[in-house]
Amino acid sequence: MAQGVIAIAEQRDGEIRKISYEVVSEARRLADSLGQGVTAIILGAGVKEKAVTLGHYGADKVVVADDPRLQTYTPDAYVTVLEQLVKENDPAILLLGASTQGKDLAARLAARLGVGMAQDCTQFSIENGNLVSIRPIYAGKAYAKLTYQDSYPQMATARPNVMPLNKPDTGKSAQMVDAAFTLDDSVMKTKIVDIIRDESGKVDLTEADKIVSGGRGMKDAEGYKILEELADLIGASVGASRSAVDAGWRPHKDQVGQTGKVVSPNLYIACGISGAIQHLAGMSTSKVIVAINKDPDAPIFQKADYGVVDDLFKVVPALKEELKKMA
Amino acid sequence: MNIIVCLKQVPDTETQIKISQDKKSIEESDIKWVMNPYDEFGVEEALRLKEKFGGEVTIIGLGPKRVTESIRTALAMGADKGILINDPALEGSDALGVAKALAATIKGMGFDLIFTGQRAVDDDAGIVGITLAEFLGIPHLPVIVKIEVAEDGKSLKAHRPVEGQTLIIETGLPALITAQKGLNEPRYASLPGIMKAKKKPLEEKTLADLGLNPSEFGKGASKLKVIELTPPPQRAAGKIIDGESPEQKAAQLAKLLHEEAKVL
Ligand SMILES: Cc1cc2nc3c(=O)[nH]c(=O)nc-3n(C[C@H](O)[C@H](O)[C@H](O)COP(=O)(O)OP(=O)(O)OC[C@H]3O[C@@H](n4cnc5c(N)ncnc54)[C@H](O)[C@@H]3O)c2cc1C
Ligand SMILES: Nc1ncnc2c1ncn2[C@@H]1O[C@H](COP(=O)(O)O)[C@@H](O)[C@H]1O
Repeated sequence: MAQGVIAIAEQRDGEIRKISYEVVSEARRLADSLGQGVTAIILGAGVKEKAVTLGHYGADKVVVADDPRLQTYTPDAYVTVLEQLVKENDPAILLLGASTQGKDLAARLAARLGVGMAQDCTQFSIENGNLVSIRPIYAGKAYAKLTYQDSYPQMATARPNVMPLNKPDTGKSAQMVDAAFTLDDSVMKTKIVDIIRDESGKVDLTEADKIVSGGRGMKDAEGYKILEELADLIGASVGASRSAVDAGWRPHKDQVGQTGKVVSPNLYIACGISGAIQHLAGMSTSKVIVAINKDPDAPIFQKADYGVVDDLFKVVPALKEELKKMA
Repeated sequence: MNIIVCLKQVPDTETQIKISQDKKSIEESDIKWVMNPYDEFGVEEALRLKEKFGGEVTIIGLGPKRVTESIRTALAMGADKGILINDPALEGSDALGVAKALAATIKGMGFDLIFTGQRAVDDDAGIVGITLAEFLGIPHLPVIVKIEVAEDGKSLKAHRPVEGQTLIIETGLPALITAQKGLNEPRYASLPGIMKAKKKPLEEKTLADLGLNPSEFGKGASKLKVIELTPPPQRAAGKIIDGESPEQKAAQLAKLLHEEAKVL
C-alpha cells in the first residue's frame, strides 16, 4: 500500500533552493501526523554533497538522481526520471514547491501518473489518514478545501514562503541513496539553448522576504528611485502595480497581481497603490502589509496592517532615514 | 501553419465571488463571463503566426453554451473556426477530464502548434495545457513571453522567465505553448471582424461525438474533490498611523515594524 511522504527538492546551478527546505519541512509535519517517513528526491548533476542538508530539515532518506542531463530542468527529462522513482517508492503523498519549475513539473508529472494535483496550496492537513489541501482560487477571492478520490499519490505543490521552515538540525543525517533510472535521449524534445541572467541581483518577487512595491502614485520611472533606496537598505525586492508596468516604468516581471506574480513576503510595503482587486489578488497572503497612500479611502487600507495616509514622496525618504538610525 | 488555441471562459476579474449554499461552487447569476486573459495572448500570437506563415487558426473551448460568445470574440479577432465541446456530463470535471476531452478533439486534426493560457484566472491552476501536451505526446513550453519561429516553420525558440533568469528553450514542432503576459498586446475585434465572425464555422460536439464515455468525466470521475469553498481568511483590522507630519508618521511606522511586527 502507498506509504510515506515524498518531497521533491529543487536545485539551481547546483545550489539547493529554499523552497526545497520548505517542502521538506511540511512533508515532515504531514508524515509525523501519519506516523510515516519522509523521502526527499533531488535531480541534478553532482548535487549529492549539498543534498545532505535536506536531512537537517527532516528527510529520513534522500534519493539523488545524478546525471549531466538533469543539471538544468527540462520537463521531458525530469518527468521521465521521476515517474520511475515515484512508482518505485509508491508514496501516499507527493509534495513539490510551487516555484516556476515546481508548478510545471508537478503538472506534467501528475498527468503522466494520471493523478489529481492541487496547485499552489497555502495549507495542508491530514484528515482520516488522507491529505487535505487548501488553495486560493479566483485570485484569492475564495479558498478551496480539496481531497483526493482514487488518486495515489495524493499530489500538491506548496506556495513559496508560506510553509514554516523547520529549524535545521545538523545532528540529523538522512540515509543517502543513489537513484537507479533510465533516461533515453529520445525523450528529450526540448532543449535549453541559452540562459539570460537577470542582472539586478535582487531576489525574485515570488521568493522575496520583503517587497517594496510602487504604483501609479510613483508618478514616473524616476519616482522609483526612493523605493530602490529603501529596498536596498532593508534587503527587499521592488514590485509594481500593473498601471506602473503598463506605463512602462517597470518591466513585466515586476508586476504583482492577478496577471502578474503572486507573492507572500513577510513584509509588503505598497506605495501609491490604490489596492484594486486584481492587485490584492497577488499579495494578500503577505504576512505584514503596509500601505502608504495619500487617499484615506484607498481600498488598500482595508488589507493593510499598518497604514500611513500621506504623501509617499515625503514618507518613504523619512522612513529610510528612521530605519538607518535604527540599524 | 495550423494552430489551435484552447480557450476557457472565466468570470471577469472584477467579479465579486459569492459562494453558493452547498459551499461547493460559486453563484453564477451575476457573473460577467470573459475569455481568460492569458488565452487572449494565445489567440493574438496564433493570428500573428498565421499572418506570417499562412494556415488556419482553430479555437476550442469546453464548457456550456455561453462559451460560444467568447469563441465568437476570438473569431472576430481573426481566427478561422471554432469548436465548442459541450456536454452536461462534463460538468465538474477536473483538469485531467478537461484535457482528455480536448485531446480527443484535437487528435484527428493536423496541427503544428497549440496555445493555452499559462493559467486560468478562475481555478488559478495552470494544469490543463500541460496535461493536454502529455496526452498528445508532444512537448510543452510553459509560461512563455516571446516566440521566434524558424523561417521553415519547423522549430521555434521560446523565452521563459523563471526566478532571476530567462531560459531560451528550443523545440521542434508540433509543440504546445502556455502564454504569459508580455507575449504580445492582443488586438481588439474590429466591427467588420465582428460581422465576419458571425458567418465563420462554429461546430458543437458532445462526448458521444468524440467517441468518449461520459462516465469517465464530470464530478464522479474527478480525482480532486471539493470538500468546501470558503471566503478568504479575514485579516485583523489594521492601524492607521497617527502623527503631525510625514516624518513623525515614518518614525512611528519604523518603530511598529521593528517592535510590534518584528519584520525589520
Ligand atoms: C484583466 C485585468 C488584470 C489585471 N491584473 C492586474 C495585476 O496583475 N496587477 C495589478 O496591480 N493590477 C492589475 N489590473 C489593474 C487594476 O485593475 C488597477 O487598474 C491597477 O492595479 C491600479 O494600479 P495603481 O494602484 O498603481 O493605480 P491607481 O489605482 O491609479 O492608484 C494610484 C494610487 O496612488 C495614490 N497616490 C498618488 N500620488 C500619491 C502620493 N504622492 N503619495 C501617496 N499616494 C499617492 C493615489 O491616492 C491612488 O490610490 C488588472 C486589470 C484587469 C482588467
Ligand atoms: N474548459 C476549457 N476549455 C478550453 N480550454 C481550457 C479549458 N480549461 C482550461 N483550458 C486551457 O488551459 C489553460 C490553463 O487552465 P487551468 O489549468 O484551468 O489553469 C487555459 O488558459 C486554457 O487555455
